[in-house]
Amino acid sequence: MSRGVHSLWMAQDGIDKIKAPHIEYDLLAPTLIVIGAAVLGVAIEAFVPRRHRYTAQVGLAVLAMAGAFGAVIALAVSGKGTDEAQIAAMGALAVDGPALFLQGVILLVGVLAVFTFAERRLDPVAHGKQVDSFAAEAAAVPGGKAEQAAVKAGFTTTEVFPLLMFATGGMLIFPAANDLLTLFIALEVFSLPLYLLCAVARRKRLMSQEAAVKYFLLGAFSSAFLLFGIALLYGYSGSVRYAEIADVVAGNPQKMTPALADTMGNDALLLIGGAMVLLGLLFKVGAVPFHMWTPDVYQGAPTPVTGYMAAATKVAAFGALLRLLYVVLPGLKWDWRPVMWGVAIVTMVIGAILAITQTDVKRLLAYSSIAHAGFILAGVTAANEEGISSVLFYLAAYAFVTLGAFSVVTLVRDAGGEATHLSKWAGLGRRSPLVAAVFAVFLLAMAGIPLTSGFAGKFAVFKAAAEGGATPLVVVGVIASAIAAFFYVRVIVLMFFSEPRPEGPAVTVPSAFTVTAIAVGLAATLVLGVAPQYFLDLAGNAGVFVR
Amino acid sequence: MADSSFPLLTLTAAVPAVGAIATAAVPAAKRELAKRLALGVSLVTLVLAAVIAVRYDPNGDRFQLTESRSWIADFGVRYELGVDGIAVVLVALTALLIPFVILAGWHDADPTGKQSSRWRPTQGFFALILAVEAMVIVSFLATDIFLFYIFFEAMLIPMYFLIGGFGDKAHEHGEEEAARQRSYAAVKFLLYNLAGGLIMLAAVIGLFVVTNDQLGAGTFSLQEILQARADGDLEISTNTERLLFLGFFFAFAVKAPLWPLHTWLPNAMGESTAPVAVLITAVVDKVGTFAMLRFCLGLFPEASDWATPVVLVLALVSILYGALLAIGQRDMKRLIAYASISHFGFIVLGIFAMTSQGHAGATLYMVNHGISTAALMLVAGFLISRRGSRLIADYGGVQKVAPVLAGTFLIGGLATLSLPGLAPFVSEFLVLVGTFSRYPAIGIIATVGIVLAAIYVLVLYQRTMTGPVAEKVAKLPDLRAREMLVVAPLIALLIGLGVYPKPLTEIVNPAVEHTMSDVQKSDPEPDVNPVEAAHE
Repeated sequence: MSRGVHSLWMAQDGIDKIKAPHIEYDLLAPTLIVIGAAVLGVAIEAFVPRRHRYTAQVGLAVLAMAGAFGAVIALAVSGKGTDEAQIAAMGALAVDGPALFLQGVILLVGVLAVFTFAERRLDPVAHGKQVDSFAAEAAAVPGGKAEQAAVKAGFTTTEVFPLLMFATGGMLIFPAANDLLTLFIALEVFSLPLYLLCAVARRKRLMSQEAAVKYFLLGAFSSAFLLFGIALLYGYSGSVRYAEIADVVAGNPQKMTPALADTMGNDALLLIGGAMVLLGLLFKVGAVPFHMWTPDVYQGAPTPVTGYMAAATKVAAFGALLRLLYVVLPGLKWDWRPVMWGVAIVTMVIGAILAITQTDVKRLLAYSSIAHAGFILAGVTAANEEGISSVLFYLAAYAFVTLGAFSVVTLVRDAGGEATHLSKWAGLGRRSPLVAAVFAVFLLAMAGIPLTSGFAGKFAVFKAAAEGGATPLVVVGVIASAIAAFFYVRVIVLMFFSEPRPEGPAVTVPSAFTVTAIAVGLAATLVLGVAPQYFLDLAGNAGVFVR
Repeated sequence: MADSSFPLLTLTAAVPAVGAIATAAVPAAKRELAKRLALGVSLVTLVLAAVIAVRYDPNGDRFQLTESRSWIADFGVRYELGVDGIAVVLVALTALLIPFVILAGWHDADPTGKQSSRWRPTQGFFALILAVEAMVIVSFLATDIFLFYIFFEAMLIPMYFLIGGFGDKAHEHGEEEAARQRSYAAVKFLLYNLAGGLIMLAAVIGLFVVTNDQLGAGTFSLQEILQARADGDLEISTNTERLLFLGFFFAFAVKAPLWPLHTWLPNAMGESTAPVAVLITAVVDKVGTFAMLRFCLGLFPEASDWATPVVLVLALVSILYGALLAIGQRDMKRLIAYASISHFGFIVLGIFAMTSQGHAGATLYMVNHGISTAALMLVAGFLISRRGSRLIADYGGVQKVAPVLAGTFLIGGLATLSLPGLAPFVSEFLVLVGTFSRYPAIGIIATVGIVLAAIYVLVLYQRTMTGPVAEKVAKLPDLRAREMLVVAPLIALLIGLGVYPKPLTEIVNPAVEHTMSDVQKSDPEPDVNPVEAAHE
């Protein structure tokens, strides 16, 4: 054993002293339920006859998500989010306020996503079978004979439900991860199913596959960065545990070893490692300059997947980012704050400006999600307790607005499937006033108009940023909001004040699934806007990380 | 007057809000029901506003009929309502004008044939008007700055749909061009005001941070902040105060609108229907000037003092620039819009002259400008809907064909140019006196605005109403009963308040003392005899 190298497996204490891992099953129940159900879903694909799979999968997914949500509530009620927050699974996971809050949001979004995935009323009936937004047979070559046969046979890709649950399981772990390896595993657990889900659109399959490949390649790059950053941080601190790294960063490690004494002074390891881990997370939240994948992937992926991805990924990734910055790197605050300031500013401004020129509603929402990432980052940089709770609140508000907006996008269709080009939305308000009005509410919420959740969220993060001394960020934020307002308003103008095109798209009447998803999104948008106090309290109580 | 347990103020705002929802829910086929419902709701609101005015004791506490409830504790936001003398008259003005707006726009939103059966423009139009009324009333009543801000911003949305969705069909370049212009005007309106509002949001957050730092808990309560300032608990540093002032003032100057942030107004008023134009200039824009008086002066007295020279110059430019451009307009509605910009200049002048006469004059000006512009604009709207053109050049000799219409138009016009005996004269006089007593030079220049007003009003009247009867004007019908019902009470008010303004001044004057004490100013001592003073 040479000096200066950390060793994970220095069995100095003798092999008999290694204890069996202790797992707190009750604390991990939400994640275990979802992952367990996902495994069960795979078994269903293998053993249940094709005609029963859809029902079985949807039922299982809804039950699992609802059960996991119940478990989250039970944990929160028993005080695990506040006084009794603790580290579980031998230091791998934290069960605390932010983790439970975000898990609750992810699970609610997950339930709604199951609903939008399960929608079968929108696509025209093909060969006597009702079909959903997913390819008949994802493995078949687009336009090939196998595909035609699969379509004719009325196949559907019910695998999307287990995939959705695996992704959700990973996202549940991601914001709770309390060591860097768990963080990485969780990232991969939710990313891989998402790559697949992006590729399985029923229509425009080539575009969907292209989106998946892009997402996969860029995601793989960012994972590599993250992993390398983890290695460097381990090299610096001799540990992957958040609390232990934080101690080393602060200069008072629990146990001093010769190796640690050697590497501790090496700031290059720490700074480069920290920056690379941050980069990996900023990629997932879609912050500039790591945003390039967002518009292409959002546009190409099946719209229910886009909605889920836009809402839940952002929640999970910001949760992980918050924990990393507030638990692992608070000692480095003076180093990361200027960087995050810069990232927040360019993200807000570039997201808002690029959105102006978009002509596709999904791309528009993608750029809007980039701008939102910037607003959330403004709250993240606050580096105070308000910063945490305001970001939690914003994420909850944003998740429902986004999911609702993408669900509305699935309804507007013409002969070629979803009509996402903005010119086709002209005059929608005259043909389908209700749908257009609902979409307008979502857009206004995204623009941050008062009495919607978007305003309450924006106010919360800007307030936190101002209290944290980031006044210039607030000023840039309001200017970016003004720019962003322009393109939201443009869509509203198009829907309400333009003459409908004669061959324009029609709004398809959805089943109760999509109606529920949109209604819940709308209700959350209005309730969080008009009476946000309860949820602010919730986020405020949840705003402390356990170490 | 003591606090009352009955939430009269909430009720006054809630009636039009609920009415808006009810109107929007009326089935497509029952258009007439929606109109009657909206009118009824607006009349009930008027009655409630009258009750507020009666229950308000001019010599009592500064804020009366107060209500206070916890709302968003995390943001330090309370649901706090209360009226002072200024708010009372402006709520009364709002509640008074809305029934006329509704009556005047009775047929403006009737569907034009080939739309789908689910498209219900009529219900939407009247529901939006009531929604705007509710939001304007809340922003006059709110004594919590955040609550004010929320409704100040939120009212943009219904306003935006009113401008963009229900424009004038009359357009010199045809219907398609009209639709394009209308949507441009609506977007311009929204973006200007939204930008102003968002800048204000930064200042609102800044105010929270300041109160949070110094008072221990962030608050938006106007009364609490005023009290803390008076007790010396809250000391905002000079620079911070100036920045916060600028943030607030910018938003209000866009809304008011003050030169050079005014350019959205002619578009918005020109392209919308006459009742909506009245709603913009006579009701919604008043929130801007009202907020300058209440929030800019009340919260940031030193910064207001610091900014006064610049604001006075901007107000002067508004007065002269607005009037000059009004003279040059070819389009009747745009002419009235520019005239309004000139008038808003007077209001801002009165506010920032920092004299009690100026403040009282500005408040009365808001009311009188509301009534006189409503009269002029609505009659102009009746005229335009008859002939189908907004261009002044398309008219001539209307007084021979429709004498009642021409007569009411003339009275509205004379009120706009502040003829003595009509209500606007009183307020314009007070503003000028109030300005003159502190800034004689500015007072003198502002007076030029009155001369210019005479030009644009009389030229407008001469070109449209007198002279040979223009082609296509010959068969114009005179005012109908419904239209008379709109115009007659407004004219009666103009004359009544012109001859006997005391009921208004009695409410406004004591309230103005409070705003004067906010800015720690007293009126300059009058120079009784300058000649003798010079000799001594």
